[in-house]
Amino acid sequence: MSSHVESLGSAQRAWDPRILEPVEELTDAEEPPPAIEMIRSAAMRPVLFRPKWFWPAVGVLSALLALGFAAWVVQLRTGLGSAGYSDQAFWAIYEANLVTFIGVSYGGAVVSAILRITKTTWRAPLTRIAEATALVTLPIGMLFIIPHLGSSWKLWELIWPPYWNLSSPILWDFFAVSTYLLATCVFFYLPLVADLAIGAERLAQGASSPGRKLLYRAYRLLAGRYDGSLSQRRLLAGAIGLVAIMVIPMAVSVHSVLSFAFASSSRPGYLETIFPVYFVVAALYSGVALVVVVVAAARRLFHLEAFIERRHLVRLGFIMVALGAAYLYLTFTEYLVDSYSNTTGNAAWVYQTILGRYWMPFWFYFVAGGVVPILVFMFRRTRTATGVVTAATLVLAAMWVKRLVIVIPPATEPLVRSPFGPTGALGLGWGTYHFTWVSISITVAMAAAIPLLLLIVFRLVPILPVAEMEELAAAAERAAAPTAAAAAVPVARLHAGNGAPVGAADHAGNGAPVGAADHAEVPRGDGDA
Amino acid sequence: MSADEQEQDETDRAPIPSAHQQPVTVTTGKHVSRRRFLGAAASGVGLAAVGSVSGALISRSARSQAAPARKATGSAVTGSSATHQWAMVIDLRNCNGCKLCTTACQRYHYLHQDQTWIHVFTMQSASGEPYFMPRPCMMCEDPPCVPVCPVSANFRTDEGLVLVTQQRCVGTRICMNACPYQARYFNWSAPVPAPRQPFPQEPAWPVPQVEGTVGKCVSCAAMLPSGRIPECASYCPMGVIYMGDLESDVAVNGIGNSVTLSKFLTENTAVRFKTTFGTHPRVWYITGHGQTLDMDKEVA
Repeated sequence: MSSHVESLGSAQRAWDPRILEPVEELTDAEEPPPAIEMIRSAAMRPVLFRPKWFWPAVGVLSALLALGFAAWVVQLRTGLGSAGYSDQAFWAIYEANLVTFIGVSYGGAVVSAILRITKTTWRAPLTRIAEATALVTLPIGMLFIIPHLGSSWKLWELIWPPYWNLSSPILWDFFAVSTYLLATCVFFYLPLVADLAIGAERLAQGASSPGRKLLYRAYRLLAGRYDGSLSQRRLLAGAIGLVAIMVIPMAVSVHSVLSFAFASSSRPGYLETIFPVYFVVAALYSGVALVVVVVAAARRLFHLEAFIERRHLVRLGFIMVALGAAYLYLTFTEYLVDSYSNTTGNAAWVYQTILGRYWMPFWFYFVAGGVVPILVFMFRRTRTATGVVTAATLVLAAMWVKRLVIVIPPATEPLVRSPFGPTGALGLGWGTYHFTWVSISITVAMAAAIPLLLLIVFRLVPILPVAEMEELAAAAERAAAPTAAAAAVPVARLHAGNGAPVGAADHAGNGAPVGAADHAEVPRGDGDA
Repeated sequence: MSADEQEQDETDRAPIPSAHQQPVTVTTGKHVSRRRFLGAAASGVGLAAVGSVSGALISRSARSQAAPARKATGSAVTGSSATHQWAMVIDLRNCNGCKLCTTACQRYHYLHQDQTWIHVFTMQSASGEPYFMPRPCMMCEDPPCVPVCPVSANFRTDEGLVLVTQQRCVGTRICMNACPYQARYFNWSAPVPAPRQPFPQEPAWPVPQVEGTVGKCVSCAAMLPSGRIPECASYCPMGVIYMGDLESDVAVNGIGNSVTLSKFLTENTAVRFKTTFGTHPRVWYITGHGQTLDMDKEVA
């Protein structure tokens, strides 16, 4: 960092508001590498240097994906019955998966959108990871519509306007989820623009390979004409703020509408007015849990300990536990009120869920997804990074099981009972859903697709929101030393296109030699993209 | 509210226009404040929601009030121009649970063993003795399966039959969720192979079944126009199942009994199953074997 500073006249830097750092800091040779440089190199490290475990991990996950694909082919050839379905268990694992996987994409909306709107500064290093998680899990959740459909080859009919039936909740699902997907993509892309411009410089430095050149071109294309000028940054910040606000009602609408597909029937256990809220809170809860797990994994695997600290995990954990308590409360409300209804259908459903044939999954949720996370956060000794990640993992498992408990018992309940005789006399017994290797394989494959796609995303885009972190670092710096730093806005100005470089910080495009100090802290990996 | 507060409130609501300031009005369209815009938008959305919900409720309640009146007159059942309004009467007094109706239906429509489009349930009377209750599709006047289908595969004909277009059905199974009678059966595997049929596969003639779609009792819709009663009715040795027409007020069973439909229903205090769901089934049951009546049915 110190080398390129010498190439510039100090006089010019003193008044230029767009330069990187205040002059005072740069001339100080004793200083450690500036924070901005650290952020940039850490953010681009996964892109530039491939970790040793990358290909083995991709191999294992792809193998699981291939197994799921094979299972899907088997299901296509033999029918949906091979996934364990029957007329008395017509909705089961795929519907639970659809709800679960779309649900976990809500972590992005919470961490990125809600914390952004509330101007919570500590979220900054987590936003890219959270948004990437949302971006990856939402399409995977949507894909579950394919094994769910009995005739998935007729999927196109669902999006064929002449066939639309506007009174069907499934059609609303289609509108809501696809709008939300679009918003999630935009919400991932907008904060990325500035980072891609910064990342393009990094890519231009160092070794060049065809892959890296391609990536560089993609970065430049996607970054548009972004050059970090004040007006552009303001425009971008405004757009991000607007999308952050829009993404929250969209997220709420998606799970509300998803719950309507269940609730718009007369079936005991599905006909619940609490369902939209219940589904939204469950989605937020499991979504934050997934963000905790992904953030902890990324922190360890990509060595982000300097930016993502224990406090980040614990704070996310507090949000998770608050949502978990809310969900526990909603669960309690739902079963309590229904147990008082005393109609045959509702009473039988509540009994079978809590004490009858479904007691095991229900109480697994209650312990692992309801009580344990709260206990972990109750004591300082367990409120560690390990404790939080353990709790979050348990929550993910418990919330999947809870979705099974929501979906399967009402679908297997007999509706034709003796209308004249004693209430215990059933016309038809309870149905049973049998897990088969086909349905389990498809579920495992989709679950494996999440880390697989995340690894690919993190090897393609900066893992930290560089521009955002720099803005916040600058704001903190200004707050700390108002007189020294007030004049300079320490955000690098980037040149767009082929214009002459403004400062040494962006001499990227022309491949000018960079001082050794620039790369000093970048660990040399064993290859590149 | 004190006078000060009231004054404050008034000022908040209606800003006094000054010489430098344009009055805020909605009509000009240029000076709509954000608050007013959001308020107007919210009330618009609210009105739309209230309107759609109340519209749905009004139509439903109008239907439930109109239905008994129609039956009392015994003619002009729906006001549609259709010449028939198909209905079924199941006389539980005579049912011995032989399930020949089920097997005849399955043989005729090439169905799997577990696809019991007409299912004979073994029930229990108040005195504890068993009785049998065949359950075909109830051919609801207000079928819950129709509005939930995302691809409009379910429909109700002018003649009161609820049918499925299996070529259209994508297999979301949300209709199976909606049906309170569990009368819908999915094709979880390849259907039973059927020989070449004289007619193409269509909603009224769903033979053979289509894998990955929902099938259900169609009241043998293809046979009705030629004067034949459904297979279940014609194979019932006890004469339990009557097929009838509300327009011509006649019902016939498989052993040659013909009855005046409205009279038959009234004299035997026929009931319908699960009328609390607002479905208005077109299948009437005549109870017997000492069953008690309860709230879950409606006297015709």
